[in-house]
Amino acid sequence: MSLMRQYKFEIGCLVALVLAFTMTQMGLNRFVFFAGFAVLQYAMIATAWNILGGYAGYINFGTAGFLGIGSYTAIALINYSDASIVEQIIAGGVVAGLLGLGIGYFTLRLKGVYFAIATLALAIVVETIVNNWDFVGGAAGVSILPARNPELLGVLVVHKKLGVFSNYKEFLFFLMAALTIMSVWIARTIEKGKLGRGLNAIKDNEEAAECMGVPTLKLKLITTTISGGLMGMAGAVFPSYLTFVDPPTAFNLEFAVNSLAMPMIGGTFTWLGPILGAVLLGTVQQVAIVTISSELNLLILGLLLVIFVIAAPHGFLGWFMKKNKR
Amino acid sequence: MIAELFVNALISGLLLGGFYAAISIGLSISFGLLDTVNIAHPTFLVLGAFLAYILNSEAGMDPLLAGVLMTPLFFLLGLFIYSVYYQFFEKTSAEALRGLAFFFGILFITEVVMIMAFGVDHRMVSAPYANGSLGGSILGMELSVPYRMLSVFVVASIMTLGLHLFFSRTFFGRASRAVHQDMLALSLMGVDPIRVKRIAFAIALATCGVGGALMIIMIPIEPAVGRLYIGNVFAIVVLGGLGSISGTLIAAVLLGVAESVVSTFLGPSWSPAVSFGILLGVLALKPSGMFGVGDTR
Repeated sequence: MSLMRQYKFEIGCLVALVLAFTMTQMGLNRFVFFAGFAVLQYAMIATAWNILGGYAGYINFGTAGFLGIGSYTAIALINYSDASIVEQIIAGGVVAGLLGLGIGYFTLRLKGVYFAIATLALAIVVETIVNNWDFVGGAAGVSILPARNPELLGVLVVHKKLGVFSNYKEFLFFLMAALTIMSVWIARTIEKGKLGRGLNAIKDNEEAAECMGVPTLKLKLITTTISGGLMGMAGAVFPSYLTFVDPPTAFNLEFAVNSLAMPMIGGTFTWLGPILGAVLLGTVQQVAIVTISSELNLLILGLLLVIFVIAAPHGFLGWFMKKNKR
Repeated sequence: MIAELFVNALISGLLLGGFYAAISIGLSISFGLLDTVNIAHPTFLVLGAFLAYILNSEAGMDPLLAGVLMTPLFFLLGLFIYSVYYQFFEKTSAEALRGLAFFFGILFITEVVMIMAFGVDHRMVSAPYANGSLGGSILGMELSVPYRMLSVFVVASIMTLGLHLFFSRTFFGRASRAVHQDMLALSLMGVDPIRVKRIAFAIALATCGVGGALMIIMIPIEPAVGRLYIGNVFAIVVLGGLGSISGTLIAAVLLGVAESVVSTFLGPSWSPAVSFGILLGVLALKPSGMFGVGDTR
């Protein structure tokens, strides 16, 4: 019993993974997987954002840049080779992680505000480069054909009758679920560990932390790399899911707003916050896009962000904890 | 031939620089002097541009006159935004980054509202001084300057030099600079620093009236274009040095020339990369800018 309590989180992860797998085997309506994928992807992006933004207090406005570079790394690989989706994800993660390391190296010795502006700049530089790079479709965009009957490690993954999954959307949904669970696990490990304590010290008072011997620059660089890499991985799945990608889609500002709003609405100080925010906001958005209109949906998103930043700086979780304390 | 292209690029870069100075000076005040990182500034410029477009196409008003008329409205908007910002972020000494998220939210809301109201089409205005160009040949080189750019340059110069003089010569201007240096000393001199900051921020936002009008005379505008200008204005303000208005003017001209030369020789689709490239380079190498007095750590 105590063993179960000790590994409560790990067991929860396994249960979630099995649940996601079971869902793909039930022959549900395809829209469930389409919308579910979007919510899961947001949960992963929000979690990745929060590792830097929530724990260390460094705001990244360039989510779209990291996501986009992940997507376009995958597209370049698809055009260049017959790399499997797993290889695409790894490559997207590595490239975006290196980008995170680079931007961190250049700006993290400055005030946090400069880092935020630089990330915003980064997203536009990457978009400009992609716009001018015809090999990956340039400004016109590019269509991706999902591989027919793909195999991973000798197992037929997607096939109407013989595969583990009967169609590609279900496979991508499961893949995204696995990636999201991995990100949450990473975020929680950081939060509970030495790195998380160091980042918290940086957030509270960077100078004091440095005086106490916290290697602030090193910790921040590790964090930008992990955070960027996870965003790139989430982005690498995107081309296969959308089957058509152009720069305005891959570098949409909506990603930046969502990745910021979700942790802020859920609560930035713990791994649960971004997931809570992503599930709430992601579901509301999926419903709102279908029932109202996509513009109004964006307006609601912006208003929610401003309201939460003003009224509930620690999000839903912070609000509940405060109530319990009283 | 190349010399001719280059000289033409240089001249239009100079004129472009004047325009950039007009759209960055507001941010130079709010970010450089007041330490309020208003990343929504370029989006408010686009809002000004759209209002000028409406007044021009519906009422037949001259866009520059429209810009002047909008200035008090943007001033009031500035007073309001700063009051909210002060109340919820500065007064409670919340993390500076939360204030940044607040402005980011404002940016996004303004952009979405503009898309809902005006659609995503590019808009232009018509004005007598926006057509034709001034041509001539000097030293065997065919040079041409569109009146559009020339008129924008003239108005932009008047506005930025006026603001520069205001902030360097008047009591209020010196008080705003003092806010940046030592707020306590200022309040001991009997000046209310919050009031100074509120008014200075409102002036910064008021530049979006004329600035927006200049923007839509200069180029066709669509709601999301503000984001591209974030790079330009921040590159200029940081390159010029925080807290230095004259530095901002010089940086604006430098960026205008650099962008114009790149656009001439590599193609216009590369020009967004210039400003952001400069911004990243400055942040990496000399974050205090050319004439900076602000501290960057």
